[in-house]
Amino acid sequence: MLTYTYRRLLISIPTLLFISLVIFLLLELAPGDPMAQVPLTVPDEVKQKMREALGLGEPLHVRFGLWLWQFFVIEPLHLIDNLFGTTFAEGQQRVISWQTRSPVMDIVAQRMPQTLWVVGTAYVVAVLIAVPIGVYSAYRQYSLFDQAGTFITMIGFSIPPFFSGVLVIVIFSIQLGWFPSIYDTTHVVNDWDSFVVQLKQMVMPVMVLALQITSQISRYMRASMLDNLGQDYVRTARAKGMREKTVVLVHVLRNSLIPVVTVVALLVPSIFGGAIITEQVFKVNGIGQLLITAIQANDLPMVQTLTFIFAVLIVLFNLIADILYGILDPRIRYD
Amino acid sequence: MTEPAAAPPRDESMARPPRNQWWDVWDQFRKHTGALVGATIFAVIVLGAFLGPLVWHADPQVVPTGRDFITLRDTRPIYVALWDEGAKVNWAHPLGTDNLGRDTLARMMSGGQISLLVGFTAMGLSILLGTLIGVLAGFFRPADGPLMRLTDLFLALPLLPLLLVSVLLFREPLANAFGPEGGVFILIVTLVGITSWMQTARIVRGEVLALKEREFVLAARSIGTPARRVVMRHVLPNVLSPIMVSATLGIATAIITESALSFLGFGFPPDFPTWGRLLFDSVDRMQLYPERVIWPGLAISLTVLSVNYIGDGLRDALDPRIRGR
Repeated sequence: MLTYTYRRLLISIPTLLFISLVIFLLLELAPGDPMAQVPLTVPDEVKQKMREALGLGEPLHVRFGLWLWQFFVIEPLHLIDNLFGTTFAEGQQRVISWQTRSPVMDIVAQRMPQTLWVVGTAYVVAVLIAVPIGVYSAYRQYSLFDQAGTFITMIGFSIPPFFSGVLVIVIFSIQLGWFPSIYDTTHVVNDWDSFVVQLKQMVMPVMVLALQITSQISRYMRASMLDNLGQDYVRTARAKGMREKTVVLVHVLRNSLIPVVTVVALLVPSIFGGAIITEQVFKVNGIGQLLITAIQANDLPMVQTLTFIFAVLIVLFNLIADILYGILDPRIRYD
Repeated sequence: MTEPAAAPPRDESMARPPRNQWWDVWDQFRKHTGALVGATIFAVIVLGAFLGPLVWHADPQVVPTGRDFITLRDTRPIYVALWDEGAKVNWAHPLGTDNLGRDTLARMMSGGQISLLVGFTAMGLSILLGTLIGVLAGFFRPADGPLMRLTDLFLALPLLPLLLVSVLLFREPLANAFGPEGGVFILIVTLVGITSWMQTARIVRGEVLALKEREFVLAARSIGTPARRVVMRHVLPNVLSPIMVSATLGIATAIITESALSFLGFGFPPDFPTWGRLLFDSVDRMQLYPERVIWPGLAISLTVLSVNYIGDGLRDALDPRIRGR
């Protein structure tokens, strides 16, 4: 298992390098000029100097190498500096955003909590809802509950988040006036009342994201339960005279959760992708929104870094899913 | 795929004329209520978008001028009059008009045409790519490794950010070359196509790998059939069912991706709105005119829902182990 983990980790390094190269080359084609916003009165030679100051004068491979160096060495060093008060990265050039002229990772660190709060809560809520639904609809297959559950999950992954988001805004925010339609990221929670406000503004984005995740996970849960309910060990457990509750909730559920856990891990990156849209609907000031504005403003270092962070998430969670599967299911042996 | 079934009793097969297997598929498909309802709804939507303009003559592009502009703009749908006496409704515009006085129903139809066309074409491209790569990887051993690594790489790419970036990069040059509508159409179809073939390729490869070892392929080879013809005559027809299922689901994915891009403002220009763009344009005024976001959203969701149900039904109907039971 450990060998497998090492091998997968080693393979993911060239994968990530290749992905970063793809992103870099794609962005290289970008027609925009970072000096487009500079007033026309600024002479051309000054603009040229400014471009060079941004590192644009260097050839392609130097810039790519520089970005890799900055992202993989200097930024982690900087993080260590911040955490332990050391000075490893002192005076080193970090990845600088063209929009704000401040380090990209600082902005990402500012925006990340908002996204993590919404996405994380949605994920927890979704799993908590999906597992019981999946278990019950598999246990009572073809019952009314199962049929309704199937229909709702089908709706859940058919309605795109940009419509379900708008729909809940129309219903809960405009018609009923229960929740605010805009997520206020400057809101500070310091007492019970402000906590309630925070909860209220989180309800709708979480609901929209959770609907999608729930419908996918509950499908997997149901299928996996159905697979296990027909197994011989279930009959054995029942024949031993175990209570039905123990059979289903201990024996079957534990075994059925194995594939579901990996699916839960695999879905994480796609949820971050989906959060881009949800953040746009609810005006959440997270990394998805940061990405969109960076793309529109032609802020290439920012786009490069953010896209690469998404790629890291995908590779990382694929790895986690594979390893979890090996750990949880003793029948799976990778070596 | 099919188990070698016992030979059917001779008299029965003599008595009945040979039956096309697609009739069996249809019989099984008909038993799946959800799929049947889905197929009906999907047919209604497609026919409504493409044949609707023959019945409903309003021009989605024309903006009324002069006094008409004031009287015709921002009309509510006629059903609003049921609960709001003073609502501005007009029987000439059953679904109301937008803030420029353009007929919403006509815009829904023309938007639907583009959305559905994008869905069909992108699905076609992605299926073509997926099948090609899957068959190559499955059938020709040396190609297997590199092609599957490529598939894994594509699966690890963060697609939505890359889609957004590439739309921004290539929109201008393509719009200059093929016109604003054609350029974006080609761009979106290509982008959706080349970012969604991976699942199909994996499924097809798996099926081809299994088929390659079967006796009929061996027989075909032993009489000297060239590889190209073995693939075309013997392998491809046998992987048709998984391809068809992923093609159906591919339409849904393509429509969702296109509308997501349009919704983020990276899709079609406002003059040639798709459903996603109509939704995006109306979000700012949804407080006053909720119908303008609800109708396009409903159209997208219903299309995707029905397509998903069709895919579900097709999967059952094309599986010979379930069929006939």
